[in-house]
Amino acid sequence: MEIKFNDETLALVQKTIKRYPEGKHKSALLPILHIAQAEFGGWLSPETMDYVASILNIKPIEVYEVASFYSMYNLKPVGKCLLEVCRTSSCWTRGAEDIVNHLEKKLGIKEGETTKDGMFTIKTVECLGSCGTAPMLQCGASFHENLTLEKVDSLLDEYRAAGKQRSYTDMDYKNTL
Amino acid sequence: MGKKLLIHNDHVPGIATLEVYRQNGGYASVEKALKSMTPAEVVEEVKKSGLRGRGGAGFPTGMKWSFLAKPEGVERYLVCNADESEPGTFKDRYLMEKIPHALIEGMITSSYALGAKTSYIYIRGEYFYVARILEQAIEEAYAAGLLGKNILGTDFSHDCYVQVGAGAYICGEETALLESLEGKRGNPRIKPPFPAIAGLYGCPTVVNNVETIAAVCPIINMGGDEYAKIGVGRSTGTKLISASGHINKPGVYEIELGLPVEEFIYSEEYCGGIINGRKMKAVVAGGSSVPILPTELILKNDKGEPRLMTYESLSEGGFATGTMLGSGGFIVYDETTSIVKNLYTFARFYHHESCGQCSPCREGTGWMEKILHRIVEGHGKPSDIDLLWDIQRKIEGNTICPLGDAAAWPVASAIRHFRAEFEEYINHPERIKDVKHYYSVHQLAGA
Repeated sequence: MEIKFNDETLALVQKTIKRYPEGKHKSALLPILHIAQAEFGGWLSPETMDYVASILNIKPIEVYEVASFYSMYNLKPVGKCLLEVCRTSSCWTRGAEDIVNHLEKKLGIKEGETTKDGMFTIKTVECLGSCGTAPMLQCGASFHENLTLEKVDSLLDEYRAAGKQRSYTDMDYKNTL
Repeated sequence: MGKKLLIHNDHVPGIATLEVYRQNGGYASVEKALKSMTPAEVVEEVKKSGLRGRGGAGFPTGMKWSFLAKPEGVERYLVCNADESEPGTFKDRYLMEKIPHALIEGMITSSYALGAKTSYIYIRGEYFYVARILEQAIEEAYAAGLLGKNILGTDFSHDCYVQVGAGAYICGEETALLESLEGKRGNPRIKPPFPAIAGLYGCPTVVNNVETIAAVCPIINMGGDEYAKIGVGRSTGTKLISASGHINKPGVYEIELGLPVEEFIYSEEYCGGIINGRKMKAVVAGGSSVPILPTELILKNDKGEPRLMTYESLSEGGFATGTMLGSGGFIVYDETTSIVKNLYTFARFYHHESCGQCSPCREGTGWMEKILHRIVEGHGKPSDIDLLWDIQRKIEGNTICPLGDAAAWPVASAIRHFRAEFEEYINHPERIKDVKHYYSVHQLAGA
């Protein structure tokens, strides 16, 4: 994959940079990393990070240290659907562990692993602000709430049937960032 | 039924659009402030209202605003903290998702008061779909002349942008948020200088929570004095409470400050009591960081008086018998809940979210998680309880930002009020083996 934004994306990047005062373009780093992750395979390879550094005219280390700090940036490849299951107190009190166990059994992988077909990755995450609708999981921009095991099953079927492209494309970055 | 000022229109169809929002009285505070008040008068009304920061700390908003430095020729910024990540808290998400213009309106009115030409809404990355809703609201506001140059034909011009974070609880701390907004790691800054003097890009900056900024609109519309009549004592106005855990009706409720805790938990208007008619065991009243209290202490203070949903009443008795209103993240635990296992989820959370800058927090949160893990796995040692106590004490007060305290308090309060349960885990691991200490999803489905 060639690590280079197309003209349309590049225009979006330039528009993002203009939100900040002259000389403060580094503020655009987080949004641009989101765009880069969505565009270049769902994760941030060293090549991708170097490319972002060159666009913002900052040192590569400034990108690496940020990319490794925030949990939403994947520094390793992940499946097309990254299933992020909340495990903190409110979700835990309402069965989050059941959801994780069920996913592991159903997909034949452990938390943190990706299915052989590259379709699903299971990840446990900390509180996503969905405590009143627990248990929940996030995939791309979508919050799937008040989960039951049956709901999880139909969700997996739905994603599989859609042959879902990378989940972040449903985040509609192009129209938002 | 209590008075509602923030989410009273949440069920009006189309309220997320500018048209319907304005038909329901939206943007009145912008009209009023920009056309008939000076910025100083707006600040004065907020001071009179007694409004206190709704993110968790409860600092008086008017006072925070009055600290803002105003050197000639230097930009000032308003930054909205929409990083809502405190476990048990989801009120800001609800407000932004349902009534996005309530926040945008507050951003404009507040920016006018502060003399800020630019503002940023820093929203946690996971709320991506909410950021999209805010973006659409902002586009509508620009098209209607409520943002941009010469708003409503006045001299005041303002630009508002949404910045999406990327997953870090620590960015809810205001100086970490500013670092992140500058495109850096979310490491909190040493204070002073406070953001009011040197904040975003070194310029004077006010950072306020979503709910705080939204509350400015009714304050300007009704006047600070009228707003201050709602509530009890120094806890004025209304507050959004995120209710979750083992209750019949989890959700976001707007309450008048001063509502009795017991009424909030058991009345049908709010939480509707405990699932399956079980007994309540404990409550975390203000997000995971505040001390957990057993039933008898959350319903009544140590003098036997009913506890109220106010900053003062919840903290009565100090940490020995009290807690804090915090962010209003209200988690209820029933009699089946294991306090130790629940604490383990909190300890794991703080370890995960520590930025790593200060040693007591970076190392201590990891140790606490590890010790709690071995206790819940049935390998705890009798000395572990005192060890946990010792570690949390050495974290508290010894870090740059309050995350250290926030990690220490849940551990301290769980041991203080539920020590026997820790001892049970350690002395009789066979009794906890294979016992589920939470509701299974099947139980809930049948509830």
